[in-house]
Amino acid sequence: MNLKLKVWRQDNAEDDGRFEYFEALDISPDMSFLEMLDVVNEGIISDGDEAIAFDSDCREGICGTCSMVINGVPHGGQKGTTACQLHMRHFNDGDTIVIEPWRATAFPVHRDLIVDRSSFDRIQRSGGFISVRTGSVPDANATPVAKENSDLAMDAAQCIGCGACVAACKNASAMLFVAAKVSHLSLMPQGQPERNRRALAMVNQMDEEGFGNCSVNGSCEAVCPKEISLDFIARMNREYGRALLKKGCS
Amino acid sequence: MAIKKKKTPTKAKTVKTNSRTSKVILDSKIPAGPIADKWDKHRFNLKLVNPANKRKYEVIVVGSGLAGASAAASLAELGYKVKCFCYQDSPRRAHSIAAQGGINAAKNYQNDGDSAYRLFYDTVKGGDYRSRESNVYRLAQVSVDIIDQCAAQGVPFAREYGGLLANRSFGGAQVSRTFYARGQTGQQLLLGAYSALNRQISLGNVEMHTRSEMLDVVMIDGHAKGIVVRNMISGEISRHAAHSVVLATGGYGNVFFLSTNAMGCNVTASYRAYKRGACFANPCFTQIHPTCIPVSGDHQSKLTLMSESLRNDGRVWVPKDKKTAEKIRKGELSPNDISDKDRDYFLERKYPSFGNLVPRDVASRNAKEVCDEGRSVVSSGLGVYLDFADSIKRMGENTVRERYGNLFDMYEKITGTNAYQNPMTIYPAVHYTMGGLWVDYNLMSNLPGLFAIGEANFSDHGANRLGASALMQGLADGYFVLPYTIGQYLAENGISDRPSIDDSAFSVVQDEVESRIETLLSIKGDRTPTSFHRELGQIMWDKCGMARNKEGLEEALLTIPKLRKEFWQNLSVPGKNTALNQSLEHAGRVADFLEFGELMCRDALQREESCGGHFREEHQTPEGEAKRNDDDFSYVSAWEHKGENKKPQLHKENLVYDEVKMTQRSYK
Ligand SMILES: Cc1cc2nc3c(=O)[nH]c(=O)nc-3n(C[C@H](O)[C@H](O)[C@H](O)COP(=O)(O)OP(=O)(O)OC[C@H]3O[C@@H](n4cnc5c(N)ncnc54)[C@H](O)[C@@H]3O)c2cc1C
Ligand code: FES
Repeated sequence: MNLKLKVWRQDNAEDDGRFEYFEALDISPDMSFLEMLDVVNEGIISDGDEAIAFDSDCREGICGTCSMVINGVPHGGQKGTTACQLHMRHFNDGDTIVIEPWRATAFPVHRDLIVDRSSFDRIQRSGGFISVRTGSVPDANATPVAKENSDLAMDAAQCIGCGACVAACKNASAMLFVAAKVSHLSLMPQGQPERNRRALAMVNQMDEEGFGNCSVNGSCEAVCPKEISLDFIARMNREYGRALLKKGCS
Repeated sequence: MAIKKKKTPTKAKTVKTNSRTSKVILDSKIPAGPIADKWDKHRFNLKLVNPANKRKYEVIVVGSGLAGASAAASLAELGYKVKCFCYQDSPRRAHSIAAQGGINAAKNYQNDGDSAYRLFYDTVKGGDYRSRESNVYRLAQVSVDIIDQCAAQGVPFAREYGGLLANRSFGGAQVSRTFYARGQTGQQLLLGAYSALNRQISLGNVEMHTRSEMLDVVMIDGHAKGIVVRNMISGEISRHAAHSVVLATGGYGNVFFLSTNAMGCNVTASYRAYKRGACFANPCFTQIHPTCIPVSGDHQSKLTLMSESLRNDGRVWVPKDKKTAEKIRKGELSPNDISDKDRDYFLERKYPSFGNLVPRDVASRNAKEVCDEGRSVVSSGLGVYLDFADSIKRMGENTVRERYGNLFDMYEKITGTNAYQNPMTIYPAVHYTMGGLWVDYNLMSNLPGLFAIGEANFSDHGANRLGASALMQGLADGYFVLPYTIGQYLAENGISDRPSIDDSAFSVVQDEVESRIETLLSIKGDRTPTSFHRELGQIMWDKCGMARNKEGLEEALLTIPKLRKEFWQNLSVPGKNTALNQSLEHAGRVADFLEFGELMCRDALQREESCGGHFREEHQTPEGEAKRNDDDFSYVSAWEHKGENKKPQLHKENLVYDEVKMTQRSYK
């Protein structure tokens, strides 16, 4: 099939950016979306021009590196699918596809479709861990974990940190991301000692990074490639409330 | 601190950048005594660094996968000052994230007779007797601590209803010792290590450099004392000095272009170390995984692994005759049209006792063989069926869905085919590299001060790695081995043994790195880095892949240098160095693969035997199985770089087996 691409180009964070148009010819339905872009880039490079810059690494939907808005939807709108796992059989000959980077104040553009998501790392650093030193830990089976809890923790822990939730949200809120991490650790017995501190620190850091507020409209859940549930946001609100109360008491 | 390049006039000093004149001696430093006591005794004998002095020592860790992140966090907890580097935008995205199946540990939680000794034994045997016994035993010993550590970090391992940890079985073992977190074990273990790393970053003990590509090692007086790095956003080249350098940069499977590795996986860090004098061990030992989704066309950028567990209930087959296969390839027949008597379940036929569950190398080679005979069932000629129809009949679609639902979904996402109704098609793909930088018992290379951990080193898996053992090794190295053994080197050499980045050795290396980049940008030819990479990959797959022979390897040793020559004459890298430039990044990696591929072929050519993943067609039993030659080849081949356009020199570390009796593997 033959397609037209309307792609966001931006040289660096300071550049204003613009759309550029490309043709993607002779595209096989078996290609992944990123392989389609590879094909276009091969042509661009052969002509001596600079390739469209986009992020990807695992191309299996697990590393969370790929990040692009396709026809207005982060990752392109196939349920539970990252851009790297989206395949061209979902497009039709003659389509025009619009490709843009994640857009959020907290994710400045580095170049073209590549953004800076270090704000996510800083949120994790503020408290997304259990403070144990290597070696000073009990036997793994000394602390049983109810299967329901560990399964639910795993549902949350699956988050790949791609940032699609932020890109989909009209407020550019990072609530689903933060809720996933806070919930994962608060569901595990090992996470209890730092439970309150963690919730407060991560929410505060999220605010500091310039992410917007959550108005629970659910567009994050809809685009999440790991289908992380909105319920975790409710859980985190409870965690945060609880932590505030404890703090007030002490 | 990274300081921008100061244009210090490089005086014509005698450059101390390498130790090439000094003779390479491979001293494995295996401690004496009974195998079970070696590690304890060794730890007792290791020099300790005074706790108050630790913060005066700086360590560079390149890589933030399981090995790098666990090492950086553990070293920082001990008090060392650590700088950690990765090429991704976050340490959490290192390739370890993609591991699916699980991690082994000799916990014996199932009470099925497991022990450190059994895990050790299985690993040495599985590696086809080409690994170092002492290292493997230590790996098995510390495996139990890894599970404790990860559970304490909050890793949501699979659990039984009683709340205790669950296990599954994996190939090459008769006990159930694999721990897992759904099909995302690597992700969860890496997020655990990443959280430990984050804690140390927030405490100021680790300085993290993301989107930073290490382009060379800096040697001073024969010791590794720093690295030169390119900032992938700005293009800025910086110098970093330390008391010691640790490479945790993963495997080099992407030399084949197509593999299950992530797009950015590369050999650059290890290869640059090799060119500065570090020996490269067993480069030809690569693992081909039998169950991957076949190539769908020339656009293919990488291959996707389907978990090995599928072989528990799927049956592998192709039609008995070529004509039928051809009709299937043309779409004139569908698999369900072929009656049972016209199908060849070739693994069940040839290996009645193991059937579809033969080890990875055996399953892969047999799939290649039937495709070479013209009996492939996909249009490219490279694919066989993995059929679940009988299992669905036997236990119902729901049970199959419960067991493998996520894999069937993934398969459908990629191929558009529903595998409940039609058999899957699969083909082997490059998955893991057992070879790597040569290291001694302390995980130090032959270059003092340079350590290699995780998939980047060579020591534990011999000629074939067992499933669920790479995650174990990466975390063993990073949490429980390197943090002790590096102390010996640091204590021996003292606090003052840290150069300034103004040392002339740094200027020389930085100049070399910069001029290489300028050359790549100035060729202005017609061909893209990808087109060279793809062509190299094809040569490697054809001549140094699943089956190798003398003639093919000798041919590759002629074609690779030709391709390399063309690369340096006809490469196109648009754009500049001073900005984000992915073509430039790729070109640099391909340039190293183009040299490294040759080293692999050379290694495969000298090893006149078949063992594990290395199958030399000349060396097989009458039944077509791999035939080892223990008398002449039970050694590690360690290659030393002797200069540009010179043949590398082969050094041999003889392998001694005191514990495990060497036998020929048989899965009949
Ligand atoms: C699809 C798949 C499934 C797997 N499943 C399993 C499994 O179930 N069980 C199992 O045990 N093993 C499995 N493996 C193997 C296992 O995942 C890897 O061997 C292991 O994770 C490697 O870890 P590592 O820390 O050594 O390297 P990696 O995780 O690859 O990390 C390498 C690090 O080095 C950095 N780096 C590399 N080069 C440079 C450079 N030049 N400059 C700066 N930084 C650099 C990268 O940024 C990265 O941080 C699987 C592998 C694949 C591909
Ligand atoms: S590239 Fe890893 S999730 Fe898409």
